[in-house]
Amino acid sequence: MNSPVYELRDVVKLYGQREVLHLGHLVIPHGEITCVVGPNGAGKSSLLRLLNFLESPTSGQITFDGRPLNGKVPLSLRRRVTMVFQRPILLSASVRDNVAYGLKLRGEKEVEARVSQVLDLVGLSQFARASVKTLSGGEAQRVALARAIVIEPEVLLLDEPTANLDPYNGSLIEKIVAELNRERGIAIAVVTHSVFQAKRLAHQVAFLLGGREIEVAPAEQFFSTPANPRTAAFVRGEMVY
Amino acid sequence: MKRCSARLGLVLLVLALLGLAGCQATPTATPQPEPSAVPPTPTAVVRQAGQLLLATTTSTADSGLLSYLLPDFEAKYNVKVNVVAVGSGQAMEIGKKGDADVLLVHARAAEDQFVADGFGIKRDDVMYNDFLILGPAADPAGIKGMKDAAAAFAKIAEAKAPFASRGDNSGTHVKEKDIWKKANITPSGDWYLSLGQGMGETLTVAKEKGAYTLSDRGTYLSRKDNLGLEVLVEGDAALFNPYGVIAVNPAKWPQVNAELANQFVEWLLSVETQEKIAAYKHASGLPLFFPNSEAWRAAHK
Amino acid sequence: MGDLFRGAIQALRLILALDPQVLSILGLTLRVTGIALLFSTLIGVPLGGLFALRRFVGKRVVIAFLYTGMGLPPVVVGLFVYLLLSRSGPLGYLGWLFTPRAMIVSQVIISLPLVVGFTMASVMGVDPDLRRQLASLGATSWQATWAILKEARTGVIVSIVAGFGSIISEVGAVMLVGGNIEGYTRTLTTAIVLETRKGSFDLAIALGIILLALSFVANVAMLSLQGKRLGE
Repeated sequence: MNSPVYELRDVVKLYGQREVLHLGHLVIPHGEITCVVGPNGAGKSSLLRLLNFLESPTSGQITFDGRPLNGKVPLSLRRRVTMVFQRPILLSASVRDNVAYGLKLRGEKEVEARVSQVLDLVGLSQFARASVKTLSGGEAQRVALARAIVIEPEVLLLDEPTANLDPYNGSLIEKIVAELNRERGIAIAVVTHSVFQAKRLAHQVAFLLGGREIEVAPAEQFFSTPANPRTAAFVRGEMVY
Repeated sequence: MKRCSARLGLVLLVLALLGLAGCQATPTATPQPEPSAVPPTPTAVVRQAGQLLLATTTSTADSGLLSYLLPDFEAKYNVKVNVVAVGSGQAMEIGKKGDADVLLVHARAAEDQFVADGFGIKRDDVMYNDFLILGPAADPAGIKGMKDAAAAFAKIAEAKAPFASRGDNSGTHVKEKDIWKKANITPSGDWYLSLGQGMGETLTVAKEKGAYTLSDRGTYLSRKDNLGLEVLVEGDAALFNPYGVIAVNPAKWPQVNAELANQFVEWLLSVETQEKIAAYKHASGLPLFFPNSEAWRAAHK
Repeated sequence: MGDLFRGAIQALRLILALDPQVLSILGLTLRVTGIALLFSTLIGVPLGGLFALRRFVGKRVVIAFLYTGMGLPPVVVGLFVYLLLSRSGPLGYLGWLFTPRAMIVSQVIISLPLVVGFTMASVMGVDPDLRRQLASLGATSWQATWAILKEARTGVIVSIVAGFGSIISEVGAVMLVGGNIEGYTRTLTTAIVLETRKGSFDLAIALGIILLALSFVANVAMLSLQGKRLGE
């Protein structure tokens, strides 16, 4: 695969007058886990919303899989990318029906088998018929992850997926994400405010501050020999401006 | 989720089927009008061929006369007569708007005006019944047995005894107003209850309040058993209640079923039908209406 | 109270004997209200969803009209429909006055704002982030709207129940535009008015009981659509 999954050039995003993103050049490669880190308000979630095609940039160019995007993104492209949000918002139905939703949308067959398989993967098989209202926060987030995985996206985006979870569920999700990337080679972008999580997961790390990318580097380099002093400060856990 | 959608779909399907059934359903008699000898008016499409819309008053309909008479007409011409029973005022208004084909009402002045204004072709006498002054057995105004209706009204006003009025510009109400005028009185005050309702409701109120009221004989006879009111004054010519039939003018409203309306008028005024009207007896055994068409009068001179 | 008891007995007798007049009245009531409710639902639920989920020019004014519509006096609606469908009116050529169609039209006008209003309210109560979530799973705008409507299912059913209640018990409009014609446009409510006017209280009460029973059965049916969700 020659071209990266995403290439962003001079991408600016404004909400009204407020500039939330101003990126020079950012590349999300195929088959790797990219962690996007930075303090609150750095524009991480806004970036993810652009990658998920939920919003379009005010100016600049986004290229997806070698194809430059202009105007409205066609449905076929949209459906190759999916996102897990920080707060799982599930439909009032059984776990099984929730996980099957994305498949049903696409009119796919063999729904039952694929749903069972992925429920196995996230360790929720025994809850298949249960109503989602009976689940704990961690279990609900695993359902959200399951419904994202089952549609076999080319790109999986996760926005602070474990921020609200207990350690058990948090680490379980990390494990699943890492395994997913290893076994299926899916490109994954994870927004996290935890440096430790980034250390555990990332192949590449992008550090955002005030809407701008400060440093984008392979993980080892990012943590041991960062180019930018602010990166180093951030990694050390200091307040960065 | 699946089950719910299925059930919802089932309910919608049932509603849709009911709807289709409703669209196919025709009124209880399904007439097929016979081809008439007279070619239909070229420009007008009759609203509902084979159906005649008769606007009449509630007291006429409630008396049961129409249920008794109309089947003859319906059978003879193989049509359906739809009866809309409202107050006289509303019935005439329906006629003025062209929403009915023929009127059967009892409000002479308004009928004459209707024809004069060109809404109807002409007005014919059909029958008459009479009104009664009803009141509580106690008769606080002391009018029992009086032969002069206006004088009785005057005594009621003087005694300020409660009086229940239709107050709805119906034939009955118009007659009541005429009698007050004859007595030179404008009734007002707490004792005078203007209800704006039909005869039945008015009788109920009169019973509850022990009030006097003016009622047509037909409704009185129908309610006699449980009424709690007595006949106090009757027989005054001023209490006679003539009915008129008017076909709505097709020149004004081309879509009225003019031909059928004229056949109806002819049939209603015929001696045969008039004798039937005379024969219509209330459950009490007393006749309700007295035939009065020109044809009948000529035959019984 | 004797009236009430006698009425109840008569109601039972009429139903068991399958009295043809009562059946005809019952049938017409079901037809008119059923069709009107069908139209109100098919138009009103999507419209309510639209009002809840989209911004558009003049939305506030439209919603103000909607709220007013939810409180329309039925007899005023009847008068308006009468003038519309009268031969002397703009739609007189249809010939719908004094037929069940006119009754259906007025009942749609009466119930539609209720369906729209309550659907709108319940859809607004759905988590606003849900739409984004569904979009990121690949839902088209329509698919997302449909899923949101299903989330608001309970409220949507209530809106239909409200619409039903507003028209099954309504008498002013159907009396005016239907004319209470025997065997043709006589519904339970107009028949009750008639019998009351004639002083046949027993029969009026009997019809009233039948009407209440009909309403109850219909509401139980709609309750079953809400399923287990109410208990939670």
